[in-house]
Amino acid sequence: MLEIRNLHAGVNGREILKGVNLSVNAGELHSIMGPNGSGKSTLAQVLAGRDTYEVTEGQVIYQGRDLLEMAPDERAREGVFMAFQYPVEIPGVNTAYFLRAALNAKRKHHGLDELDAVDFLAFVKEKIKLVGMDERLLQRAINEGFSGGEKKRGEVFQMAVLEPALAIMDETDSGLDIDALKIVANGINHMRNAQSAIIIVTHYQRLLNYVVPDYVHVLIDGRIVRSGGKELAIELEEKGYVGIEGTGAATQPVTAGRGVS
Amino acid sequence: MSSSTDATLETWQAQQYKYGFYTDIEADSIRPGLDEEIIRLISTKKNEPDWMLQWRLKAFRHWLTMTEPRWHNLRYPKIDYQGIIYYSAPKQAKDRPQSLDEVDPKLLETYEKLGIPLREREMLAGVAVDAVFDSVSVATTFKKQLADLGIIFCSFSEAVTDHSELVRKYLGTVVPYSDNFFATLNSAVFTDGSFVYIPKGVRCPMELSTYFRINALGTGQFERTLIIADDGSYVSYLEGCTAPMRDENQLHAAVVELIALDDATIKYSTIQNWYPGDKEGKGGIFNFVTKRGKCVGRRSHISWTQVETGAAITWKYPGCILLGDHSVGEFYSVALTNNYQQADTGSKMIHIGKHTRSTIITKGISAGFGQNTYRGLVKINKGAAHARNFTQCDALLIGDKCGAHTFPYIEVANSTAHMEHEASTSKIGEDQLFYCNQRGLSIEDSVSMIVNGFCKEVFRELPMEFAVEAQKLLEVSLEGSVG
Repeated sequence: MLEIRNLHAGVNGREILKGVNLSVNAGELHSIMGPNGSGKSTLAQVLAGRDTYEVTEGQVIYQGRDLLEMAPDERAREGVFMAFQYPVEIPGVNTAYFLRAALNAKRKHHGLDELDAVDFLAFVKEKIKLVGMDERLLQRAINEGFSGGEKKRGEVFQMAVLEPALAIMDETDSGLDIDALKIVANGINHMRNAQSAIIIVTHYQRLLNYVVPDYVHVLIDGRIVRSGGKELAIELEEKGYVGIEGTGAATQPVTAGRGVS
Repeated sequence: MSSSTDATLETWQAQQYKYGFYTDIEADSIRPGLDEEIIRLISTKKNEPDWMLQWRLKAFRHWLTMTEPRWHNLRYPKIDYQGIIYYSAPKQAKDRPQSLDEVDPKLLETYEKLGIPLREREMLAGVAVDAVFDSVSVATTFKKQLADLGIIFCSFSEAVTDHSELVRKYLGTVVPYSDNFFATLNSAVFTDGSFVYIPKGVRCPMELSTYFRINALGTGQFERTLIIADDGSYVSYLEGCTAPMRDENQLHAAVVELIALDDATIKYSTIQNWYPGDKEGKGGIFNFVTKRGKCVGRRSHISWTQVETGAAITWKYPGCILLGDHSVGEFYSVALTNNYQQADTGSKMIHIGKHTRSTIITKGISAGFGQNTYRGLVKINKGAAHARNFTQCDALLIGDKCGAHTFPYIEVANSTAHMEHEASTSKIGEDQLFYCNQRGLSIEDSVSMIVNGFCKEVFRELPMEFAVEAQKLLEVSLEGSVG
């Protein structure tokens, strides 16, 4: 589904990603972990198409197409979803209205009929239960006045509505209390299926107590220095990133799966 | 905004001005120029009583002593008042058609093209329309049904002859003939407009609307509207405006007077979509308008809502004189300036009565090279005990070549007044745009969604039928300026 080859990217001439390789297949859940400043969020943003970042080298193939050639909105309509680390507020824009426009943009793109307001409402009401949020949220402006936790849950809710083929979750677990963390995890688990893939970008492994990844990758200084199964996350928890780096893994990645090409 | 977003936004060209066509219809026009003879001619053409002519002449003589205001934040070439045709009317078989069957089909077709099918609107109860074409009203629908309730809805010319007592009693009581340069000019040369009278205790069962169309070349439109809501009555009124696309600027100088008696409510909405000029700023309507309401009665209520997306120059400050105790004045505005459009607009709330309240909420959107100015005056007179005002002015900038300006004036002469003023200026956020993009919405859709969200507080004040229209209009008017 997704093939990242030797990806280099940066901001204002400063290189942040220094040759990332990663391949993700349908049905897989990958977790990319790394310390602050390692380039995790940059990777997520580059995949979503944020033009603040400049790609200087490498390739990203998504469903057989050159992802980097596609505009962000086209990527989204093709099934790429990013759960934002800091979801923005858009005053006056009703959440239900926004999501229906987004879903219909995608449906239209795929030659499907657009959903009318009634059908849409019935559809989203089911989805909103997944994240344990109040239906009234649908009539509020997007993220406006939401607490930090509500914003994060809102992203998972949007993801559930848009049913992406590839979801990239950028630190969705940060700032959540334990109850919200469980709800978010539950939402993600619900969305795992054989047709879609999920990449969870996170600093801590605590979310991984509830969402079991197929692969874990450690990103340090713009490179994936180690890959492994879910046990790698536990090892990280014990040793910390310094411990992992200390193993000299940077030069000899452990290929515990198809995670690293 | 980063470079590639810029590029996409700059190349994005939305629809053209849809109403720019011209109707080829034989017109009865007088020579260009402005003098007493012209004013007498207009008055004769309209079969006016002598008192009306005298009022016009008084205004004209006063106008000659006045100079065009320069205090506004607008730049435009000198207007040649002698080069304008002050009267132009489509020739019709009958002077004043009694029904739509007597209206020239070409005119009906024009309104159909503008999205105001007069016949259909006549069929579908809900909106009564007065259609003003250049200098005259060509049709008014639902007159009979309204008359059954005692409501008068007709062209201003008709009111001058048929309801002269009411016109004489109220004309100039809110905007005196000497009020300001443009209002005085209008008082001298006004040609048509709408007149509304709602009798005591009547709630007008439908939206009343006037549709203004400038068609003929070289003419100016000077309409005058007078709305009187008697004790305990209610009316909601809407005006819309369009004009053909031309390289020349055309002048529109209107006056609107509203009078609300005890416990009466007038809701006045404007969707102004005059031709704004082209992308280089060539052509477009100069829109210099004086609109004012007087809450004469106790607990009376006047509410202005305006969506100003057209015109090359907009100069208007709809306001309320809150005379009656416990009266309420409101002003809700969305003003959008794109390309080289300029708007200097806001409101005046004059508190005279006790416990009077006013609210001003404005949303200014500047795009392209557009310049958007909010100018407002809230004045609490000495006797206006316990007056309250809430003002909120928000400006949204799209791109980095446009401007937003705010000139709020507050004069308080009574210490019991309660004043609140909030203002904000924001740039359409790259983060917001990217967020919408990432959900699959195109740049165009994202921008109009964000802008519409910004305007929501104002749009919800519009009558339902027109809120959707306003939203669409905004989308069209955002024409490729973003960047």
